[in-house]
Amino acid sequence: MVGVVIVSHSQKVAEGIREMALQMAAPQQQVIAAGGMADGGIGTDAVKVSEAIIAANTGDGVVILVDLGSAVLSTETAFEFLDDELRAKVKIADAPILEGAISAVVEASLGSSLAAVVATAEGARALNKC
Amino acid sequence: MGTYVYEVMANVGEAITRNKQMLTDLDAAIGDGDHGINMARGFEAVHSKMQAMEAEIDIGKVMKTVGMTLISSVGGAAGPLYGTAFLRAAGPSQQKTQVDVETAGLMLGAAITGIKERGKAIRGEKTMLDALEPAYDAFMEGAKDGKSLIACLEVACEAAQQGVEYTKTIVATKGRASYLGERSRGHQDPGATSSYIMLKALLEFLRR
Repeated sequence: MVGVVIVSHSQKVAEGIREMALQMAAPQQQVIAAGGMADGGIGTDAVKVSEAIIAANTGDGVVILVDLGSAVLSTETAFEFLDDELRAKVKIADAPILEGAISAVVEASLGSSLAAVVATAEGARALNKC
Repeated sequence: MGTYVYEVMANVGEAITRNKQMLTDLDAAIGDGDHGINMARGFEAVHSKMQAMEAEIDIGKVMKTVGMTLISSVGGAAGPLYGTAFLRAAGPSQQKTQVDVETAGLMLGAAITGIKERGKAIRGEKTMLDALEPAYDAFMEGAKDGKSLIACLEVACEAAQQGVEYTKTIVATKGRASYLGERSRGHQDPGATSSYIMLKALLEFLRR
């Protein structure tokens, strides 16, 4: 099952999104929050993100949902800390972080491929709310 | 540099801490107002790490530790950007205990390439590159003329300072400031400023 990692500047945001996404997840689905700094402050930490990716991977790869700016830079930096095998199986979804995470978890829990999970997460950009 | 590498880093950290408020104020005008706070937090973490590894004389290993520490403690975009810069600078300084003009040029070049790749940025977008790239060009020009490390850094710092001034005249197209578009003109870029502060701290230390 493709793992899901949520990278936000805020620990609370990342954990809150994880909690919401888990409601839609299969029991074995990995959803890991990587929000905030080690001291709980606002920011993103590439080392924390790389650890979350490793923890989320069960062999089928990992999709990462990000919030703003440096969340992308930190995630791309985190990729440099991964071994080549895992690095080939990770992808940032260009999607809104909450809607994308929920869409990704639904698709991943069906046992879909990384490419399919990323496509579904990115499809969340087109969701209409009213 | 040699065994001075810890003192160099301490000096750079002190310069950042001294300018914490100014960097934060510059960032508050066109960004999210945390650059000074983030950078000071990063260099405080570097300072603690340095004290724990003071027996290490391999400059490359020290650069790598500085990079990893900034990556995991700065928090904002400057963390992965400067962190990557120091990680890349570790390449040419690997297994070295002294840095000559040639090695310093290679370190600076590798650091800038890292920032450009990480930030997908080029010169002229109102970023740290507007200070660093002119500094690098001036440094290499000095190196070609056979100048000393200090003399090369002097011309590099002058160019970086002019680069910081130049950022006031342009519009941001990268980073949080790009949300402001035309309204970012007239403001000095905080990232270019912190880059200049670090280069200047290095020069001032070597002049002592």
